[in-house]
Amino acid sequence: MAQESPNKDSEQSNYNKSLGNAVQYLSFALGNEEYGVDILRVQEIRSWEPVSRIPNVPSYEKGVVNLRGAIVPIIDLRERFNFSRVEYTPLTVVVVLQAGDGNKTRIMGVVVDSVSDVINVDKTEIQNAPDFGTKVSNEFINGLVSVNERMVMLLDVDKLLKLEDLGSDEN
Amino acid sequence: MSIDMSQFHQVFFEECFEGLEAMESGLLTLDVGDVDSEVINTIFRAAHSIKGGSGTFGFTVVAEYTHIMETLLDEMRDGRRQVTQPAVNVLLGSVDCLREMLASIQNEQDVDEVSVAQHKAALEAVLNGVVSEVVVPVAAPKVINEAPKVQVAAAEVTVQEDDDAGEQGWKISFCPYLDLLKTGNDPVRLFRELNELGELTATVNAQDVPKFYELDPEECNLSWDLKLVGNVSSDEIKEIFSWVEGDCELEIQPIAKPKVIKPAPVVEAVQADIEIDEPAQIVAAEPEIIAKPVIDTKKDPEADASKTAVKASSSIRVDTEKIDALINMVGEVVITQSMLGLVGENFTMDKVGQLKRGLAQLERHTRDLQQSVMNIRMLPISFVFSRFPRLVHDISSKLNKKITLKLVGENTEVDKAVVELINDPLVHLIRNSLDHGIEMPEERIAAGKPETGTIELKAYHRGGHIVIEIIDDGRGLNKDKLLAKALEKGLIDENIQLTEKQIYELIFMPGFSTAEQLTDISGRGVGMDVVRRNIQSLGGNIEIISELGKGTTIAIHLPLTLAILDGQSVAVGDEIYIVPLVSIVESINITEKMLNKVAGKGETFRLRGEYLPIIRMRGIFNVQSINKPKSTEGVIVVVEGQGALCGFLVDELLGQQQVVIKSLEANYRRVEGVSGATILGDGSVALILDVPGLVRLSVR
Repeated sequence: MAQESPNKDSEQSNYNKSLGNAVQYLSFALGNEEYGVDILRVQEIRSWEPVSRIPNVPSYEKGVVNLRGAIVPIIDLRERFNFSRVEYTPLTVVVVLQAGDGNKTRIMGVVVDSVSDVINVDKTEIQNAPDFGTKVSNEFINGLVSVNERMVMLLDVDKLLKLEDLGSDEN
Repeated sequence: MSIDMSQFHQVFFEECFEGLEAMESGLLTLDVGDVDSEVINTIFRAAHSIKGGSGTFGFTVVAEYTHIMETLLDEMRDGRRQVTQPAVNVLLGSVDCLREMLASIQNEQDVDEVSVAQHKAALEAVLNGVVSEVVVPVAAPKVINEAPKVQVAAAEVTVQEDDDAGEQGWKISFCPYLDLLKTGNDPVRLFRELNELGELTATVNAQDVPKFYELDPEECNLSWDLKLVGNVSSDEIKEIFSWVEGDCELEIQPIAKPKVIKPAPVVEAVQADIEIDEPAQIVAAEPEIIAKPVIDTKKDPEADASKTAVKASSSIRVDTEKIDALINMVGEVVITQSMLGLVGENFTMDKVGQLKRGLAQLERHTRDLQQSVMNIRMLPISFVFSRFPRLVHDISSKLNKKITLKLVGENTEVDKAVVELINDPLVHLIRNSLDHGIEMPEERIAAGKPETGTIELKAYHRGGHIVIEIIDDGRGLNKDKLLAKALEKGLIDENIQLTEKQIYELIFMPGFSTAEQLTDISGRGVGMDVVRRNIQSLGGNIEIISELGKGTTIAIHLPLTLAILDGQSVAVGDEIYIVPLVSIVESINITEKMLNKVAGKGETFRLRGEYLPIIRMRGIFNVQSINKPKSTEGVIVVVEGQGALCGFLVDELLGQQQVVIKSLEANYRRVEGVSGATILGDGSVALILDVPGLVRLSVR
């Protein structure tokens, strides 16, 4: 699923900025909006494949798949962010992300519409996210950055992958 | 030199705990009258390596403590000191204390200094022999019990040996010879080390320094008067100066005599103790005193154990033989793979036979490989059993009972996870046997049995399971008493007829305890139900066979491994779930006649005259599928969960297979009604049902 980098110029200009503060983000699309995650948290990009459903969980938790022997949950970011649902096609993309959870890391796949680009972001250019109120709850958004006049919302992977722990169901 | 020592910590702790276990079992086998020097040597070696290791890693508390133990053991080894039961008891206490210390260091907690000081004092009391042999046992348990009073005494004992510990500090006069520097020694370094021990004040005497033109820069013309304040032993100071020994004049004197120590008060105190505790058999006569600390110390490590387990479970020691077998297997797999590769190149139809053979070989090797890998996780059950001689020793002396423990089949291997989880239930069961099972000696003699009771702990394999039996020759379970008790507590109905087995099962009911007298060892009425729940959560079961007056046998059946499970795959809609085979009683096709509604909501079915609740898997798991079957079609899988039968209604039975259990929690979280997941032959994921959990879920 290698994506062509559409804009050579912007890449060039990004490189010219001081590399000391540069962070790379993988950007992807959800509907008309563009989001980014820290590229170091991206383990791999896969195409959608059928999952095994998990009973009695929120609908954005689609299920689990076998990723080379590990059981990995897949969450639908559209549904997580209350977008309308779309049919999955073989072109639907799953981005496998790593999240640090205390001292252990866990991996999880998120379903997105399409992966767009790798963007270089200068840390100083990241703006704080204003209060949106709607759709995406603010807690997932680390900040905003503008790339070629487009706004990219940078997501906090750890918070994104933190599922409400319904695990303590004993009570 | 900047090696990160912390990377070796884990290994060090493991070795220490192993050493401690060796010491403990050695101490328990020590026959006071006739001492086997080999046993003492083993104990000594263990203590010595713990001391060495802890010194290297900078755990000075441990090193200092073991040093005292070592000195004592050394004297015993050389025959300079008699091995007495009191001394052995103190040493056993020290083993506990060390274990606690190491556990707290491992968990990066503070060492319980009070307890360490107490044990240390007890050791020193034995070591110094100031107190006569008879007094030691009294002094020792007292030390543990009545902290404040004895700590004072202990301090006095320590101070008595006045070159061992200076209360206030030391005055050191350090006068190096001229060629000290030529030997590569630098006084500054020495002082720096001294400064770490305590507060150091150095005064230099420069009167011997020659005139400048006569000065030889390689000669040391200075001397120092040092004052070291702090609680430091002279040995520690001597150790620092050990490098310059022979190159200097060294005088070490305590600053102002540490407050005049008269041995007299100690002796008085001790004598007072003797007078109080005159009876000759102090150990036997004062079981309360000796046993208490056992309980106290037991509690802490157990509480800690759960914390430690998290950290300690990260590594495993594997027999090299097993590794070699594994490497062999991998070699075979590689050979087969390259053979198949050759067949695949320029493939023609006449090579089909070869291909099939190759695939068959690959299958066999893969299975063997899986087996070998599983084997790595297998540990001998002796890891658990080895803790029990101590437990029996301690508790039986507390209860004034004579009990021998027989271990059979300690080398039976079982999965590491099982080993770790079976310990607590076993401890509980053995305590029960000790406390309630075995009678007092007089009672035994009266019943015509040998005075000494026997508890046998036995492990063996039977058909993919490990069976652990706890057999005692005690009084057995009294059926009438059990029944009466259950009635009294309202646990059973008066009119109900119970089989013998069912009556014994009563003791697993929550809130059931028959002990007439509750002791602090067992009989609080919590426990047996927890034991059974723990064992069931491991996928095992527990049964009791008992004969009144002859004894009781408790048998625990456990799966050999928690990584693989025999499962029945069932289809529900388009989804596949795995039901653990152990919990399945039978499976039947349903007919409309069998189904009954209860209160228009719940459903039951009749199985040989018994009405059992039905749990519809489609309903409880909210399964959507296009072609909905009629509500009266399907298969009922009768399962046992939480001690009761119930039926899971599924669409179809698919097949039985061994499945590898994968954790859902590793990347996801716990899901109600699901105990784990596995990967099916086609690479898809199937969920393994948690039968008791589902039963609970359906009730809500």
